[in-house]
Amino acid sequence: MDAFLQHLVNGLVLGGTYALLGIGLTLIFGLMNLVNFAHGEFYTLGAYATFAALALGGTNFFLAVAAAIVVGAAAGALCERVLLRPLRDESIDTTMLVMIGRWIALQNGELLVWGGVAKSIPHPFPTAPLVLGPVGIAPLRLFVVLTALGLIGLSWLLIQKTRLGTAMRATFQDRETAALMGVRIGRIHTATFAFGSALAAAAGALLGPIFLAYPSMGDLASLKAFSVVILGGLGNLAGATLGGVILGIAEELGAGYVSSGYRDAVGFVIIILVLLLRPSGLFARSERIG
Amino acid sequence: MRRLAAALGAAAMLTLPLWLASPYHLHVVIMAGIFTILALSLNLLLGYTGQLSLGHAGFFGIGAYTSALLALHWEWPFWLALPSAALTAGLAGYGIGRLALKVRGAYFVLVTISFAGVISLISINWMELTNGPLGLPGVPAPELPGLSFRTKGAYYYLVLAAAGLSYLVCHRVVRSRLGRAFVALRENEPLAESVGVDPTRTLVAAAVLSAAMAGVAGSLYAHYTRFVSPEVFLFSYTVTMVIMVVAGGKGTLLGPVVGAILFTALPEALREAMAWQWQMVAYGLLLVALVFFLPRGIVPTVASWRR
Repeated sequence: MDAFLQHLVNGLVLGGTYALLGIGLTLIFGLMNLVNFAHGEFYTLGAYATFAALALGGTNFFLAVAAAIVVGAAAGALCERVLLRPLRDESIDTTMLVMIGRWIALQNGELLVWGGVAKSIPHPFPTAPLVLGPVGIAPLRLFVVLTALGLIGLSWLLIQKTRLGTAMRATFQDRETAALMGVRIGRIHTATFAFGSALAAAAGALLGPIFLAYPSMGDLASLKAFSVVILGGLGNLAGATLGGVILGIAEELGAGYVSSGYRDAVGFVIIILVLLLRPSGLFARSERIG
Repeated sequence: MRRLAAALGAAAMLTLPLWLASPYHLHVVIMAGIFTILALSLNLLLGYTGQLSLGHAGFFGIGAYTSALLALHWEWPFWLALPSAALTAGLAGYGIGRLALKVRGAYFVLVTISFAGVISLISINWMELTNGPLGLPGVPAPELPGLSFRTKGAYYYLVLAAAGLSYLVCHRVVRSRLGRAFVALRENEPLAESVGVDPTRTLVAAAVLSAAMAGVAGSLYAHYTRFVSPEVFLFSYTVTMVIMVVAGGKGTLLGPVVGAILFTALPEALREAMAWQWQMVAYGLLLVALVFFLPRGIVPTVASWRR
């Protein structure tokens, strides 16, 4: 039972960051109709930006994480303006191929810049775990899960309570009508992509110190983000949050009770099963598949 | 003029091992042949039905492992192992094809990529069957009475025959009723259905055929390199196939052939000039550039110049 609770806590820590990845991707996928295989590259970017700010810039850990989020947003905005804006009216396959190309180029670029050896990101937290009854949690992991929850809350506020969020929701529902109402679709796309990329970078900056930063870390992150999006349904913020937590816990339980070698298979199996049985996601009220 | 060029090309291909002395260059040509089969197979789905499979390395790997395991454990001859590899990969294609009924476009991509991911993890973790990351060494070369395909020169003819056969199969299928149904589904599914095209059966047929061809390529690869490891499932194989099809011209018969030859030769030519990572960076940028500047691919673009 204690082991089970411990798995649950570890799963929650992972799940919080998966939710960040998933929220970013679900907004991009849902609003821009873009299969963003480069999403994981922003996650990698976040981890390396944190590392660079600490190792080269000499800032403190919290500033480095914040810097990584800003870098993620800027890179996302740039990517949208240069690569996606000219292709906005192209088919979903075309933009997907561009994102696959960008993914390969970026990942190998990172390999050239940082080398293949994984980098460990230093953090200021003590390593002794805080023991709360039957479970222990490292202070770093507690920080990660709290920050992730905070960012999820901020995302929710942005989408629900601001003018930008209203415009984003309107664009998701009906792009043409939103444009007629004076929403500048181009700007909404840039903002959405920058926001989604910033969340992915945040996830990388938070998980980087727990694991390690290495060039191909984004591959699995992309696929996990896709499983979260598919679990939660397209464009569904609450669904992505829950989906992330479910995936994190399912992975921890799978690794703990089945086989750690198949940990990463959980996300793949979720994608296949959900698309087979309930293609609109677990939490959607209506079919939204296309 | 065209006939002369075709005859010269055929003569050059048939005599190639006689005048291409370097074993390294022959190796590149053999790999180009195997990738031609893969690109032709992916093109059936991506080019003709319009469904992008990012799990093609999965079918390729299933073919390679099936063939290698049958040859190693049960000592089946290559000539039985190859059709079994095609059959096993085709069965996997049947499963994925059934999924295609429910999901299309982006979701189909995700299903295929997840399928390849699961298969790859199985090949790494199922030690008893696959020997895990260490792989299976010692896959025998094909033999015929009085003829061994142990040399590169002999294997070249085997791959040439297989690639030629794959091309003919694609040619036949694409011009058949089934092939026209593929294109009809790609262009307008409701309209195709209204004139009697059964999307279920058509897409499943395309997936089975495509996967079986990739399985053949896998088997040829296994008995050529004589070694199979989980690396056959590498996503970069799938990406290479996609680039070959898109660059050559998807939905054309010649496109994948041109793409496969070009993109097997190009990295080898660049190997001297740049490190492997730079090559991959260049690959990624090339894919982006192709979409922007040559969206239809080489073969259709050249064809439109001639007109």
